[in-house]
Amino acid sequence: MATTELTVKSLDGPVDPDWCPGCGDFGVLKSIKEAIVELGIAPHEVLIVSGIGCSSNLPGFIHAYGVHSLHGRAVPVATGAALANHALHVIAVGGDGDGYGIGMAHFIHAMRRNLNLTYIVMDNEIYGLTTGQASPTTTEGHKTKSTPRGNVEKPVQPLALALATGATYVARGFSGDQKHLTKLVAGAIAHKGFSLIDVFSPCVTFNKVNTYQFFKERVYKLEDQKGYDASSLMGAMEKALEFGARIPIGLLYSLDKPTYEDTEPVLARGPLVDQPLGLDRKTFEEILAETRDDVALLPRRGRERSRSRKRT
Amino acid sequence: MATEITVGIAGAAGDGLDRTGDTLARTAARLGLHVYTYNSYQSLIRGGHTWLRLRLSEDKIDNHGDHLTVLVALNQDGIERHAREVEAGGAIIFNGARLQCDPVLVPKGVTLVPLPVPDLTAKLGKLLPVMQNTAALGALLHLAGFDLEATAEILLETFKKKGQEIIDQNVGVLRAGYEHAARTVPALGHPWKFSRKRRPVVTGNHMMALGAVAGGCKFYSAYPMSPASFILHWLAAHSEKVGVVVKQCEDELAVVNVAIGAGHAGVRSMCATSGGGFALMSEAIGMAGMLETPVVVVNVQRGGPSTGLPTKSEQGDLNQVFGASQGDYPRVIIAPRDAIDCFHSTVEALNLAESFQLPVTLLSDLLLGEHRSTIDPEDISSEVPIERGEWVTAPSPDEAANGGYKRYALTPSGISPRARPGRAGCIHVSGTDDHDEHGILISDEHTNPAIRRKMHEKRMRKVEGVRARLQPPVLEGPAQADVTLVGWGSTWSVIHEAAEQLTRGGVATNQLHFKYLYPFHDREARAILQGCRRTVVAENNFTGQSARHLRAESGFTVDHVLVRYDGEPFEPAWIAQRVRDFLEGRPVDLQVAEHEAREMAYHYIRIHMHDRARPGRLQPITESAYGEPLWIVELLSRADGRPEGMLVIGRETGSDYGWHPGVPSLLGEAATAAFATSLGGSSLADRAADDTARAPHDRAH
Ligand SMILES: Cc1ncc(C[n+]2csc(CCOP(=O)(O)OP(=O)(O)O)c2C)c(N)n1
Ligand code: SF4
Ligand SMILES: [Mg+2]
Repeated sequence: MATTELTVKSLDGPVDPDWCPGCGDFGVLKSIKEAIVELGIAPHEVLIVSGIGCSSNLPGFIHAYGVHSLHGRAVPVATGAALANHALHVIAVGGDGDGYGIGMAHFIHAMRRNLNLTYIVMDNEIYGLTTGQASPTTTEGHKTKSTPRGNVEKPVQPLALALATGATYVARGFSGDQKHLTKLVAGAIAHKGFSLIDVFSPCVTFNKVNTYQFFKERVYKLEDQKGYDASSLMGAMEKALEFGARIPIGLLYSLDKPTYEDTEPVLARGPLVDQPLGLDRKTFEEILAETRDDVALLPRRGRERSRSRKRT
Repeated sequence: MATEITVGIAGAAGDGLDRTGDTLARTAARLGLHVYTYNSYQSLIRGGHTWLRLRLSEDKIDNHGDHLTVLVALNQDGIERHAREVEAGGAIIFNGARLQCDPVLVPKGVTLVPLPVPDLTAKLGKLLPVMQNTAALGALLHLAGFDLEATAEILLETFKKKGQEIIDQNVGVLRAGYEHAARTVPALGHPWKFSRKRRPVVTGNHMMALGAVAGGCKFYSAYPMSPASFILHWLAAHSEKVGVVVKQCEDELAVVNVAIGAGHAGVRSMCATSGGGFALMSEAIGMAGMLETPVVVVNVQRGGPSTGLPTKSEQGDLNQVFGASQGDYPRVIIAPRDAIDCFHSTVEALNLAESFQLPVTLLSDLLLGEHRSTIDPEDISSEVPIERGEWVTAPSPDEAANGGYKRYALTPSGISPRARPGRAGCIHVSGTDDHDEHGILISDEHTNPAIRRKMHEKRMRKVEGVRARLQPPVLEGPAQADVTLVGWGSTWSVIHEAAEQLTRGGVATNQLHFKYLYPFHDREARAILQGCRRTVVAENNFTGQSARHLRAESGFTVDHVLVRYDGEPFEPAWIAQRVRDFLEGRPVDLQVAEHEAREMAYHYIRIHMHDRARPGRLQPITESAYGEPLWIVELLSRADGRPEGMLVIGRETGSDYGWHPGVPSLLGEAATAAFATSLGGSSLADRAADDTARAPHDRAH
């Protein structure tokens, strides 16, 4: 097999991105490539899973394994892949609609599990692919195609949710500061546990409010703040909720703690994909022996409630 | 014919009925008999009425049959609801010190066995009330001709931890019941030949879980939902032993997507749910078709629509499973016919999913999934084929160019060799947008009709490959028959017995049963059915979903459809009777039957009378002021048995027209009719409105 030197160029996908010129997602793509190069990971050991949206087209533009799944389902598909082969570097990517709207439940629960997953959300505060409706992070008052009188719903706070729910690496990036973003992505991939990077990734076509200029005027880096302590949950929470004249970017929080995979005994035997299939005769006989005479006649059916049965 | 007996145990939850049933089933299983258990329970009275039937036979059985040989009644309702069902030559056992059995309830030829429990057990010290069950069990052993010692041994094992005193007490009560019955009534005279072969007692859910691990499933995800949850419980409990990762997820959307993610990464994966959860899974099942990712999805059906009847069985999801997800995609739908078939079908599903890289749905139901039966252990084994399908073997020449490997190569079979993520040289993206051979999208501004056509044809070609591998349906029973019964899935055994009954009764009947719903053997089915004289589909849903499926797939319309949708499973005689009705031109009768009127009365009493009464006698009235025939149900006080009044139920609509307290009792047809008329009823205008509201019960198919 021809070995190729690992460079950002070598990670180009088979086709060029078809995002609008200037789309924030270009910066995110570049940062992911740079982080892979920086960490020296072989591209075939990377699996990038996305949902549906402009941002979710990303796996097609990078030389790595990819699944371009359903709208909102990047995280569960990535979860399954990570549990099936924990030797892979599994990265879920997508948009704010994908992750914080239709996929919200998966987002929350994946963080509770502290799976060893990296999740990068290209947050443009809008539904880009469907041409500009309000998204879960659209700011209040923003007039979009679906909110002509201005958005009245409060935007979700993904970083605060992440902190409250158990993510162990919580960061915010800005694709307008791509070098800084690369560091965050590299840190997230290297981190053992669930890492979330919410990236301000402007949609130049459908979001005329949250532009590059908008963010440039507001963002500041946490690492420039003297004494900022990324191990303090409450300190991080304060920063997670700061969204106004000033908006922090950088690593808000990180915590070392066993991952879900670490606590799953079957995975201690190695990646599931490499484990033997089926049952040997002895185990099979043992299991069958359990069923002899074992006549629990009334199955513990229970369902939602069963007043007639206590053994639910 | 094989000797068999059916025992029904009726009581309230808390009466210790399950333990008694357990002990009886274990006794029978130790004697080498086959066991099938069915528990239908309704919460009609406080504490919940529980009705457990055990069919015990020398032969393998997979349904609860038509008979009731012995009733063990643990409370008064048990006697009143089920005494009439006991057949001649049978017996009713109850605690004579607590319960009465009105002779009008007892069919001719049925022996009453009231046990004087306090007298029998006086010597054994102070007993718990549930010990009456053990005395009843002892009496049953005598009547059934079973071995007292086998049961005593089981009690010993059961109470081992509780100490010798408890064991002695239980065995003592058992023996007292046995001896009392032996002194007072003859045994029923079953000529048993006990093989004493020890057999596993399993459910379909159980067999699916075991089939999955034997068949190489390594990953299982689920969200709790009856009646599929047992698979989750079993696999979670055995996860480490069998090396399967089991993940409970936040919802069924996650469940199926996680399973597909695992399947994509290269492990055999499966998930299970019931109809509601399956509905949430639809979109992702189509994704598996598009990504060409193997996954097995189990749907253990329960009564629908919506939340429906969570603890009752139905075959109502065929339309849903067939119609799942948008667009056309290759998939397989398999409906196993019994517990053993659940084992083998699950292995087969995993093999088909990987061999053809597509989603496979196993369509089971509550009846199959939860009801217990004995199987012969030699019918299942760890030695099952594991076919993993086509994988890339040769290293791809040029990794960097990403050009060597075509994940979606257009092949004659439609199967493109897979490469597992992590393998060097085969980098690709699998997408749910349509794509070219490399996986590169051909959607939106890149849409390419030519590639789309060829890619779509490639995917759908796999259906033909699957079809060629599946065993076509075969006609079972006499080659020349008056009637052919057609069914699918879990009803094989009950239809089989119905066909045998009909044949014995002079109507030669055979059976065509479908296990593979998709791909469907349309040509084979048509050829067989065109050669049949009369064809009748029997299934557990309202609209005859499989009859429609058969028509859509093969162009064949059956002559008649028998449907049952009250939540209760078929019984052989139920089917046989309706087949005879059809043959003899009797229309389908949808009037409220007597036992149904009684069930409705129990419901009324629970809702409106705080369970203070119970139904007594019932009388049908043909003419009434309500514009429909009625059931007049006498309600008796639970406290002293005195009549409390009458409940009026429409025989056609099933509407409860009201409660008339103080009306003394049923007075014979004429007087009761006069009473019905005296109720005033509805005006003519109301009646006309009633008539239009009542849809004609014409269910010709
Ligand atoms: C189940 C489902 N509902 C709706 C859609 C349509 N849809 C595609 S992308 C999208 C929103 C995309 O927004 P976001 O995730 O923020 O991505 P962006 O395009 O902004 O990067 C929607 C609603 C779909 N594909 N599937
Ligand atoms: S529409 Fe917006 S999000 Fe989509 S590619 Fe264009 S700029 Fe990017
Ligand atoms: Mg967006």
